[in-house]
Amino acid sequence: MQISGAQAVITSLEHAGVEVIFGHPGGAILPAYDPILDSSVRHVLARHEQGAGHMAEGYAHATGRVGVVMATSGPGGCNLVTALADAMMDSVPLVVITGQVPTAAVGGDAFQEADVTGITMPVTKHNEMVTDPDRIPEAIAEAFHIASTGRPGPVLLDLPKDVLGATCDFAWPDRLRLPGYRPTVRGHAKMVREAAAAILRRQRPVIYAGGGVIAAGAQDVLRQLAERLDLPVVTTLMARGALPDEHPLCLGMPGMHGRWTAVTAMQRADLLITLGARFDDRVTGKISAFAPEAEIIHVDIDPAEIGKNRAADVPVVGDCEVVGRQILEAIEEALTAGQQPPDLSGWWSQLRTWQAQHPLRCDQQPDGPLKPQTVISAIGERVDASTVVVAGVGQHQMWASQYLAFRHPRQWINSGGLGTMGFCVPAAIGAKVGRADARVLAVDGDGSFQMTLQELATATTEGVPVVFCVINNGALGMVRQWQELFYDSRFSQIGLPADAPDLVKLAEAFGFIGLRCERPEDVEATLDKALALGDAPVIVDFRVDASEKVFPMIPAGASNDDIMESPEECTPGGGSAGGGEPGGASVAEPQPATSEAR
Amino acid sequence: MAHHTLSVLVEDKPGVLTRVAGLFARRGFNIDSLAVGTTEVPGVSRMTIVVDAASQPLEQVSKQLNKLVHVLKIVELEQDASVERELALVKVSADASTRGQVMEIAQVFRASVVDVDADAVTVEVTGSGDKIEAMIRMVSPYGIRELVRSGAIAVGRGSRSITEGRALRLERSA
Repeated sequence: MQISGAQAVITSLEHAGVEVIFGHPGGAILPAYDPILDSSVRHVLARHEQGAGHMAEGYAHATGRVGVVMATSGPGGCNLVTALADAMMDSVPLVVITGQVPTAAVGGDAFQEADVTGITMPVTKHNEMVTDPDRIPEAIAEAFHIASTGRPGPVLLDLPKDVLGATCDFAWPDRLRLPGYRPTVRGHAKMVREAAAAILRRQRPVIYAGGGVIAAGAQDVLRQLAERLDLPVVTTLMARGALPDEHPLCLGMPGMHGRWTAVTAMQRADLLITLGARFDDRVTGKISAFAPEAEIIHVDIDPAEIGKNRAADVPVVGDCEVVGRQILEAIEEALTAGQQPPDLSGWWSQLRTWQAQHPLRCDQQPDGPLKPQTVISAIGERVDASTVVVAGVGQHQMWASQYLAFRHPRQWINSGGLGTMGFCVPAAIGAKVGRADARVLAVDGDGSFQMTLQELATATTEGVPVVFCVINNGALGMVRQWQELFYDSRFSQIGLPADAPDLVKLAEAFGFIGLRCERPEDVEATLDKALALGDAPVIVDFRVDASEKVFPMIPAGASNDDIMESPEECTPGGGSAGGGEPGGASVAEPQPATSEAR
Repeated sequence: MAHHTLSVLVEDKPGVLTRVAGLFARRGFNIDSLAVGTTEVPGVSRMTIVVDAASQPLEQVSKQLNKLVHVLKIVELEQDASVERELALVKVSADASTRGQVMEIAQVFRASVVDVDADAVTVEVTGSGDKIEAMIRMVSPYGIRELVRSGAIAVGRGSRSITEGRALRLERSA
């Protein structure tokens, strides 16, 4: 079949089962925008390429399918870099198609030329400039395969304009030639037996479930494994909902702002059963002081994660679902052969005591300023099984992860690894595009919201109703918190006047319904009003107390044993172990820099 | 820190050298030398990369390299189980009075003189890094005008080949 390269792109996307493209047109990608008019594939026009990228991420998070992005050359590709880096860090499957200047002009500093494959090399799982029009179908089929298998991630294809305009001999491949790409799915039998033996031997185990559990769809096997032996489970920021928060075996989120019991259970554990998690610095704190007595089972589909930050005693390369099932079978075999299950009663009584002694704390005075936790708790009471919650990055994100009870995987969408402020608005739109049946409730901060709020226009014009709850403290709250705790309350560049912009007027300008709530007693009624509007686009401006801080907290670079539950426990004036660099690691402790406290 | 030699088989695709070199840089490794060329398998190139690194971080960088779609196979060649060679071209100042001495030194190192001019000779020397260093030390008093080194290439001893095996089968089902 002889068609144009541009038509081949769209036909290939149809073959790959794509239902929606998030994108923004421009000069070099123009040829590919013409056949979109005649295609069954929907195109959502973002107002900025970064927005298109995060929309595709939100879509992918919500549905488990590959998110597709299209943008033009030069600035189009450059504007995608943040979304690609975000998708790379959080293992989000994306296929990104960018236009490029004609092949003959490449390298000559042509108008809107940028070396997009060069720029995006470190932030993509794979990328390629396709220079042969006949290769377009194969390149797109490979891109979907690479993005969605193994450890998922973003794949970018750069298409010069002349390649889009050339004639392509179209053939959708039934086989792919990827000799260097062969993810291991099944765990090594010997390692699986060792993992089962360790689980049956140890007295203080904790399952450390990460985003890989959700990527692999391993929630059922996680639950079966935990329930079979009463194993406690912590779910990381990327794995919230992998085991329901209301499940008695779930201890909640670990890490810098995690539950006291989840953090301390890992510290005191004699075994960590790590499933699709990567010992991120935000989970481990000072790595040399992390879980000092624990034997480590590490299951991950990415061999490079095993032993990267913490040496594994039992490394198992493979898919969390498949390996989880293998481990469960090995445990059943051992139990059938007469081995006794471990007695975890002492461990559980310790965990239950900690849970009772260390609940989340919020001091809401009836006549005092509105506390953000009050708002988020009230939101939580209204999150049902069919609600998808999307967050930005900052204090509100941590409170949402702490206070909301998730029931399912893919019910909680946020930017974990990269910590991308501005993620929420576009990601929520993308999530709603993918899950039209679900209510999408976005919890954002005023700082994060203002980074990408132009996409509200996309929501309105595309008819994508999302309820945005802006936790508006008139400040860059997380930065403010660090400056208060570690910089002697010397507040530098954190003020965002709560009235600029006026979010109610802004809502109206974008075709949303705008509501405002300033008093604790109005929270429930305001939320009920917003939700009673049905599937309508709403922005609720919650004016909250700027002095409120996220606790528990472990300062960056400190040991997880130094977890603080209230401001009173903080050494004033930056004396705490972290040295007070937002997001920074301590000097003596080389750590990969990941998410910033923003 | 120790000297490690990695043989990396890659698909001969545009940008593959940048991907490999960039990965070393991003993970904070200095490459001592990198040599690349074709192999007996069409479409497959072989890079010989020499790095100074402790073995634990080197294992991490190998795993990261393995994740590159165009990387087919990585083998670390142990010094006592492999043959490693490097080639250097050294342009040494030498007029009629010193030319004989330089050529004598070259002979000791089984190096050959590949070009002569009135006031210089160019010597080609092949061998281990140590041997090349030794010859450079010997001729440097005469004045080295130019020095070009190829970077090491290496191959395992014995009959086994790292290009055999499933890694190089270029078909897989979709």
